[in-house]
Amino acid sequence: MEFAELIKTPRADNVVLHRPFHLAVEGTLCLTGHHLIFSSRRQDNAEELWLLHSHIDSIDKRFVGSLGTIVIKCKDLRIIQLDIPGMEECLNIASSIEALSTLDSVTLMYPFFYRPMFEVLEDGWSSFLLEQEFELLSSVTNEWRLSCVNKEFSVCPSYPPVVIVPKCVDDDALRKVALFRHGGRFPVLSYYHKKNGMAMLRSSQPLTGTNGRRCKEDEKLVNATLRSGRRGFVIDTRPLHVAQQARAKGGGFEQEVHYPQWRRIHKYIERFNILQESFIKLVEACNDQSHNMDRWLSKLEASNWLTHIKELLTAACLAAQCIDREGASVLVHGSEGTDSTLQVTSLAQIILDPRCRTIRGFEALIVREWLQAGHPFQQRCAQSAYSNSKQKWEAPVFLLFLDCVWQIHRQFACSFEFNEQFLIMLFEHAYASQFGTFLGNSENERAKLKLPQKTMSLWSWVNRPEEMSKFQNPLYEANSLVIWPSVAPQSLQLWEGVFLRWNRPSKFLEEAEKERIHIIKYNKELQAKVNALRRRLAELEAQEEEEAQE
Amino acid sequence: NVRLLDRLSSRRAVVGTLYLTATHVIFVENGSETRKETWVLHSQISSIEKQATTATGCPLLIRCKNFQVIQLVIPQERDCHDVYISLIRLARPVKYEELYCFSFNPKLDKKEREQGWKLVDLNEEYNRMGVPNNYWQISDVNRDYGVCDSYPTEVYVPKSATAHIIVGSSKFRSRRRFPALSYYCKSNNASICRSSQPLSGFSARCLEDEQMLQAIRKANPGSDFIYVVDTRPKLNAMANRAAGKGYENEDNYSNIKFQFIGIENIHVMRNSLQKMLEVCELKSPSMSDFLWGLENSGWLKHIKAIMDAGIFIAKAVAEEGVSVLVHCSDGWDRTAQVCSVASLLLDPYYRTMKGFMVLIEKDWVSFGHKFNHRYGNLDGDPKEISPVIDQFIECVWQLMEQFPCAFEFNERFLIHIQHHIYSCQFGNFLCNSQKERRELKIKERTYSLWAHLWKNRADYLNPLYRPDHSQSQGTLHPQIAPCNFLYKFWSGMYNRFEKGLHPRQSVTDYLMAVKEETQQLEEELEVLQERLANLQKSQSGNNKVKSKQQDQSKQFGLYTSNNSLANTPQEYSNDLKSFPSRSPSQGDEDSALILTQDNLKSSDPDLSANSDQESGVEDLSCRSPSGGGCLPSEDSGKDSDEAVFLAG
Repeated sequence: MEFAELIKTPRADNVVLHRPFHLAVEGTLCLTGHHLIFSSRRQDNAEELWLLHSHIDSIDKRFVGSLGTIVIKCKDLRIIQLDIPGMEECLNIASSIEALSTLDSVTLMYPFFYRPMFEVLEDGWSSFLLEQEFELLSSVTNEWRLSCVNKEFSVCPSYPPVVIVPKCVDDDALRKVALFRHGGRFPVLSYYHKKNGMAMLRSSQPLTGTNGRRCKEDEKLVNATLRSGRRGFVIDTRPLHVAQQARAKGGGFEQEVHYPQWRRIHKYIERFNILQESFIKLVEACNDQSHNMDRWLSKLEASNWLTHIKELLTAACLAAQCIDREGASVLVHGSEGTDSTLQVTSLAQIILDPRCRTIRGFEALIVREWLQAGHPFQQRCAQSAYSNSKQKWEAPVFLLFLDCVWQIHRQFACSFEFNEQFLIMLFEHAYASQFGTFLGNSENERAKLKLPQKTMSLWSWVNRPEEMSKFQNPLYEANSLVIWPSVAPQSLQLWEGVFLRWNRPSKFLEEAEKERIHIIKYNKELQAKVNALRRRLAELEAQEEEEAQE
Repeated sequence: NVRLLDRLSSRRAVVGTLYLTATHVIFVENGSETRKETWVLHSQISSIEKQATTATGCPLLIRCKNFQVIQLVIPQERDCHDVYISLIRLARPVKYEELYCFSFNPKLDKKEREQGWKLVDLNEEYNRMGVPNNYWQISDVNRDYGVCDSYPTEVYVPKSATAHIIVGSSKFRSRRRFPALSYYCKSNNASICRSSQPLSGFSARCLEDEQMLQAIRKANPGSDFIYVVDTRPKLNAMANRAAGKGYENEDNYSNIKFQFIGIENIHVMRNSLQKMLEVCELKSPSMSDFLWGLENSGWLKHIKAIMDAGIFIAKAVAEEGVSVLVHCSDGWDRTAQVCSVASLLLDPYYRTMKGFMVLIEKDWVSFGHKFNHRYGNLDGDPKEISPVIDQFIECVWQLMEQFPCAFEFNERFLIHIQHHIYSCQFGNFLCNSQKERRELKIKERTYSLWAHLWKNRADYLNPLYRPDHSQSQGTLHPQIAPCNFLYKFWSGMYNRFEKGLHPRQSVTDYLMAVKEETQQLEEELEVLQERLANLQKSQSGNNKVKSKQQDQSKQFGLYTSNNSLANTPQEYSNDLKSFPSRSPSQGDEDSALILTQDNLKSSDPDLSANSDQESGVEDLSCRSPSGGGCLPSEDSGKDSDEAVFLAG
């Protein structure tokens, strides 16, 4: 298929662009296969706006006489408006954008066409390999091994080819366990707490069904992670009744009789369709321009978004608490083990592991706990909060996770190497990107699409020093402690940086950020100067002393 | 053997001894080496509740005006009753002389005290604004409080308003509070004036009052009308007409534009705060409970109404160049709020530390805001109590959140001012009017808060403030819609003593410490450069630099202490508590397991560092509220007379 077929009117002049907090600008609109480009060539301030078609969530058109207006709502929640003279042009452009922003085939997506303008210093596709992770692990314990049982993605289609499992469980046993777990997602190591040797495992629900099936290998696998005489916790991200209902469909949960050393705790983390509804309601509230305070608060409350944040953070804190304070191993799962499970395990690691609060460490966490762990990004992030179509796979699971990270970041402003912009950037790229990182739903799909060969990795770009500098938190000072966030409602806030990003004037907040950077930078410069002078002085004095002695 | 309970977690309680003194309730922890103390001023106590006796003792709940809540359990019912009775009496003094400011002695000599009272000088302030000038003059019509006893002796009025007009107008205004100047905008002659409501009833008129408003208009030659802003809801204002009061009729006054801005009255505000505090006190509320309760309290709606009124006036003055007359009923609550918010938006001076003191002195203290009645310093009518200035202080905080670089002072400054409005430790906010304060000879007998804050100003600086920033200059233009200007719940104020709810790492404190260090580095750099120059010049002498190097390493030590913050998990799950952390079937191994766990816990740095996190202690030490010791510790002896809790 040629993109040109979809573009009926490639260019329109005298188009007026409206954005909140900006003056309207007149310019030329061009459509290409992947971008919508608006450029104004006014002498005082020429500006260009490039928008990926895949970035567009929904598009509305309306007419006043022959002046057409297109309202474009983006996946990063931005809303822009284009006034296009001429009814036909407007209709053509609108329908082209609509077609181009909803292409079915992954291989037509921009990452397959994108040619980077920067020099690749390090290929992001191989920056974070599980083998490296395992090497680190082997230096502290020999209880684990790398298993290639899933090399052909035959045991579990949503798992990566290599996983870390207890040493005493062989591949045959793993195959059996896979049959006992939803989607073949047998328990694997998610995190090893060096401080006390406790482990966090993740999996999907066991397929106990109504007649209480059991699997000896499964029991052996999870018990292998326990210290003798100690108990472990199973954190089930579903409430008890949901877990019980799941049995009717062949699912279920670990029963005490068969897992006597494990105690089950049920938490209630909402599933994806509920989250998507909540997301849509929240964004609606944030775009409501009315001046009424009551409506704002009740809409915020009705969206339930902050409730989800609180529940998720609480579950993650609980998992971390079991590991760090109770000295117990933890197994986390929900139903499929690809959504709420990953939210909990990754947040728990941010609380427990200082490494996950560095830029590289956080990237590694995303690769390990989200991409390799098989979170179906393409399904979940196909549409954002403005889409009208009711497809049932979309859900802001990853955004909710990022929001929770932001909440912890807000409470521990000096403990993270990255800043808020880094989280916002990840949100944007998860939904639409020139990079191939978030394409596909699993490593299996990514391998089939040959993404590492055909597309550029987000990490190749982000980890370049000039990009990295934009994402650094000036206040960062490594904090080796476990950080326990408060989950009280008073401590949780709406993430303005995402939800009110386009609705608030950013100038003053940017000034504040600049000032923070300036204060720290100036301090470091002075330190360097003083240290240099001190050394110089000490040298001179030493010389003098020598001279005096002579 | 009194127990102090932690509100957030019933598991944590400390045993100690309770002392009652003439001015404070003091709780001292037993046992631990630190012997931590909690001090509460009697004047801070807003209510005491004796609850039903339980097996463990008799619980006593003390709620404070600075939003601290203390829950004590006293073993003997009789003791509890005695404490209760004493506190009820002590918390409700009947004479001004009983208040703490008359016994508080910060060991300053007379001259220092006088200097302190001179720090904020309103005459100087009016001169700074640019009056007197061709349009405005100072009037001595109220010199013996003869016209209006709740006004200051010196008021600024339009030049064309004769004494006859002023007196005539005052007779037509509630409590004779005639229109007087609150703020004058030098650049365009527009002004903000304030008064009380006119006694217009259904049809009454007053020629002098009409002339007075005319005079205000004439004092701004650039505009042919003035706004008259009635800050009450229209319904309330109309109801007042039946009592012979009311609002200006546009037909009777030439060239006015009349505007209602619905800010609710003190009773609504009192109830609203009450409701919000109930939400704050909820034990482990869900997100919906909290948001619903917050909305239901209406508090943020009221804050927004006050802010919107201020924004309207600031816009009229700055953008339209039109003068505004503001009033409510008596012109001492809502009017004070709105005038001071508008001034703050208009004039960057009021966003400095000194300017903010001046602003409170000008719009609140001098114009007879009834501090004693509103904040219940003396035992009085509970219906008079209302968080009027608290709301203004919150408006300032909300603005600080929107304009992080615009204010010279930080959040702590606001919180400490709020505290001292209730503490009665300084004389500034005593009584209901200037007249009463003069009669009590406040300035001779008590100390000024402003001097105290000024002395410690290093602790109140906003590290992001720079006078050359765009936000630090000119008028602030806040957004109006809630989705553009997010009004937030101020947990730093209303959950001030629940340290566990606040961000564990304070950006402000961190930046202040960095700036402090920067300053030292600058000084050291200078010294070093000098030495280097000397050394190179003379190439002789053998001085050593070691002392300086030690200084430096000390600084770095402070940094880390700033970062290793007290921190423990909350109760994330009820399930976990009931779970025995060891298996009952394991018999012999149990004790060994307990030991390992204990070892683990005591060697855990964040656990042992945790101690001061949730005791809800008074931290008004003005020195290092974070407890991190990251601030310059000055002479610690000097402040200890204050209602402070020193963690050491």
